[in-house]
Amino acid sequence: MKRYILQRIGFMLLTLFLIATLTFFLMHFLPGTPFNNPEKLTEKQIKVLNAKYGLDDPVALQYLRYLGHLVTGDFGMSFQYEGRTVNSMITTRIGPSALIGFQAMVFGTIIGLALGIISALKHNSIYDYGSVTLAVLGMSIPSFVFAALLQYFVGVKLGWLPPALWEGYQNTILPSFALSVTVIATVARFIRTEMLEVLGHDYVITARSKGVAEPKVIVKHVLRNALIPVVTMLGPLAVSIMTGTLVIEKIFSVPGLGEQFTLSILVKDYSVIMGITILYSALFILIVFIVDLLYGFLDPRINFKRGAEA
Amino acid sequence: MKLEMNNPKPILPNKNGRHNQPLIPTEVTDDLFVVSPMDDIRQEELDSPPVTFWREAMGRLMKNKGAVISLTVLVIITVMAIIGPYLNEYTYRQQNTAHTNLPPKVTGLGWLGFDGIDVHRVDQYEKRHITENFWFGTDEFGRDLWTRVWKGTQISLFIALVAALLDLFVGVLYGGVSAFCGGKVDNVMQRIIEILVGVPNLIVIILFILILEPGITSIILAMVITGWVGMARVVRGQMLQLKGQEFVLASRTLGAKGTSLIRKHLLPNVMGPIIVTLMFTIPTAIFFEAFLSFIGLGLQAPLASLGVLIEDGYKSMRFFTYKLIFPSIVISAIMISFNLLGDGLRDALDPKMRK
Amino acid sequence: MAEPMLSVENLHVSFQTKDKEVRAVRGVNFSLNKGETLAIVGESGSGKSVTAKSIMRLLPKHNTKVKEGRIIYEGRDLLTASIRDIQKIRGSDISMVFQDPMTSLNPTMKIGKQIIEGLKTYQSISKQEGKTKAAEMLKLVGIPNAEERLDAYPHQFSGGMRQRVGIAMALACNPNLLIADEPTTALDVTIQAQILELMTDMQKKTGTAIILITHDLGVVANMADRIAVMYAGEIIEIGRAEEIFYKPQHPYTLGLLQSMPKPHTSRTVPLIPIPGTPPDLAKLERGCPFAPRCPHTMKVCHYFNPEMQHASGGHSVSCWLQDKRTPKENLPAGVGVV
Ligand SMILES: Nc1ncnc2c1ncn2[C@@H]1O[C@H](COP(=O)(O)OP(=O)(O)O)[C@@H](O)[C@H]1O
Ligand SMILES: [Mg+2]
Repeated sequence: MKRYILQRIGFMLLTLFLIATLTFFLMHFLPGTPFNNPEKLTEKQIKVLNAKYGLDDPVALQYLRYLGHLVTGDFGMSFQYEGRTVNSMITTRIGPSALIGFQAMVFGTIIGLALGIISALKHNSIYDYGSVTLAVLGMSIPSFVFAALLQYFVGVKLGWLPPALWEGYQNTILPSFALSVTVIATVARFIRTEMLEVLGHDYVITARSKGVAEPKVIVKHVLRNALIPVVTMLGPLAVSIMTGTLVIEKIFSVPGLGEQFTLSILVKDYSVIMGITILYSALFILIVFIVDLLYGFLDPRINFKRGAEA
Repeated sequence: MKLEMNNPKPILPNKNGRHNQPLIPTEVTDDLFVVSPMDDIRQEELDSPPVTFWREAMGRLMKNKGAVISLTVLVIITVMAIIGPYLNEYTYRQQNTAHTNLPPKVTGLGWLGFDGIDVHRVDQYEKRHITENFWFGTDEFGRDLWTRVWKGTQISLFIALVAALLDLFVGVLYGGVSAFCGGKVDNVMQRIIEILVGVPNLIVIILFILILEPGITSIILAMVITGWVGMARVVRGQMLQLKGQEFVLASRTLGAKGTSLIRKHLLPNVMGPIIVTLMFTIPTAIFFEAFLSFIGLGLQAPLASLGVLIEDGYKSMRFFTYKLIFPSIVISAIMISFNLLGDGLRDALDPKMRK
Repeated sequence: MAEPMLSVENLHVSFQTKDKEVRAVRGVNFSLNKGETLAIVGESGSGKSVTAKSIMRLLPKHNTKVKEGRIIYEGRDLLTASIRDIQKIRGSDISMVFQDPMTSLNPTMKIGKQIIEGLKTYQSISKQEGKTKAAEMLKLVGIPNAEERLDAYPHQFSGGMRQRVGIAMALACNPNLLIADEPTTALDVTIQAQILELMTDMQKKTGTAIILITHDLGVVANMADRIAVMYAGEIIEIGRAEEIFYKPQHPYTLGLLQSMPKPHTSRTVPLIPIPGTPPDLAKLERGCPFAPRCPHTMKVCHYFNPEMQHASGGHSVSCWLQDKRTPKENLPAGVGVV
């Protein structure tokens, strides 16, 4: 167990290192530096700036310096905003993203589970068709299309909720809901398939044959076994939420990381792009790791001692 | 022992009258007690060759209503993507300051909202004395949106299709080599894949687009850079399975019979998951393209893709909702159809592969 | 004769699939006395499991149709009983052991808990009592270190051990009837014998009746009091074990016996498998369902399905060869001669 965890952590660090390296060199070979803006800046000013940010040092030196800072958790200075560190930008921005992401995850999982379970228990009924249709729509319609329509119809036309900005709790509802749609669809579909499969397993019939009452059979045997694999969905769901925040924060003007990221892309603020990229990647890798551990705890068949998942 | 005496069993009617005996006896008579070996016809039925895998899969697919409707929708959309831009006299880049921001109008479809009336309840066509109809309206440069929507569909589909095919190509190459070589090579190649899987796709795509400058080629390349991994995994898995089959060895000795075995039984099993993966790659690619356009990394004007159109439409949706609605409907229809068709194909090609 | 404990009368069960009706069980009749062992033998797909599950009402609700028939257990019709009553009967009166011990135990629930779960539905017991009883059951079916093993998960057991657990679970509440659906099919030959022995053993101790389902006549030779042979959803021959083994009447039974390896006969006698495959239960045509594979068909066999007829004593068979009008030269040795 210990060995497995250490091995995994080693692998995670390696992946992160590779991502950091890749990001660095990609950014470095980008056409033009952020200060290549001859309309506003003179040749001399650019030189000064380049020197200030160490952009005229040899690449190898820049790379090492960058890695050194990274190890201490320092993402460097923003190229765009004078005197602001990437770290401070991330810390001010992460709150709203985390809030809507969390709300979307919780809400989406609950609704998704409910839909999927009803669907499986009432297989081939009108409820089943209804929730399957919802799931297909939710998975297919791009999140930003849905978000845009939601903003227009609920926010603007009906005026039920604030369509944009970040002023109070009410402002979190529409973006969270827009983000949760993919979660709902994915979870509903997954748990439905999973439950239908478990329902067909012999051990469910065994449980019934022992005289266990149906509700107990569903909760103790079917749900328990069907829910375990749902944990594996957390990784992909986290990705879809991260992806979603990029566009949804832009649409609803949420001052979060995603909005910052899209902004930085447009103005080529490399250090911020790199910082957020690495943060997102690290989060993703961490979630996948946690999911694997969690799965191992939930499913007694998985034995970490053998070094791999059975 | 009365319980064990059966009721007379019902005699099943002969549904199709295929049997050659002209008279079907209605009573058990003495003359029926003569030795009579199996019905030749029944024997033939027993021996009749099984339907081929592809035809059977096709049959299953055709029974799936969702898949059939999706296929129809996709065919219609594809046809429109090809001919749509030529169905009126405008081009996707032709600007006209007299025709800016016209709401959609189709004579006879006014009741459906195609009435040329804007949000302020003003008939723009009447006001500006425009006699021709713009079916999907026009944008702020006076470009015809009908033409642009179908042109955009064309480009989006093209990007997705090329990206999916390149994914397939790279995936088959990588997965094939990995599975074929096995041993150390396979091990190293698999580790590489494991690392790549650990990286969020979208981030890599965004980074690559930043370097390559937005454009059709760079979008395709960026998507392939991350997209092939999934395909490579599927291909490797299938190849390993194929490698493990004794059929393959046997086929060398069996000759023709063996090859037909491979064609009929093995290939379908290997191809099934690959086709299904391909089917799900296309909507993913369409989504990514639109996504990139939406965050400003898409195609440059006047070129349009569905994503670009949605982005444009979003910016002015408060007053010109139609600009958002039409491309949104098309992209959603494409996504839904591909997903349903993919599901249908998965079930048809391999009922066990669900999930 | 006293009232049998269980009698299945004219049972018809169908499955409705998308475009067809699978008539899995078509007019099955049999009965069972207290403490008796009845074997149901037939190829896979002949409707054995469906018959067994009908008794326990374990068939999926959404596509199953019990079209006709009654299943009388101690005077009550199980087919019309309320689900509450059925739940009371399950486990405590009638219990079941399944074919594949790898899949019939819940992989994420401890063995002990799975046994106790059955006990709890039958009587209210404390945690400790449950544990003691469960350990006792495990000991009874020959699992060493029973107390410790209560906390193990199914995957920590071998196939044979799991099947022992399955039997322990089924017998935990002293049922009157144990239905064992191919309990040895998924196991190694050596372990098969152990499991059968265990079942005989348990039967001696508890006096439970057993319905033993198998596709292998060899399995039932030493165990069954009576044997019912199923083909395509029908019982085509039923009788005491000696009658089936030594005076088989149906060509299908004959075929089964010929395709069965006998330990005491020399290897030189070839095993003759029955040619062909069973009919598609969704497209049954008129006539005897076995006719397409039968080496003794007559014209009548193609048009009429024979009725169950007495051969002798408790021995019944449904075959036209039993009819007096059958030409003598068409009768296999030993058939039809009473
Ligand atoms: N739940 C079900 N839905 C549809 N068909 C079924 C179902 N269960 C069994 N069948 C069909 O009923 C027939 C008899 O099955 P079964 O009783 O399991 O055979 P066996 O004699 O091997 O136990 C088979 O043709 C099987 O395909
Ligand atoms: Mg069975």
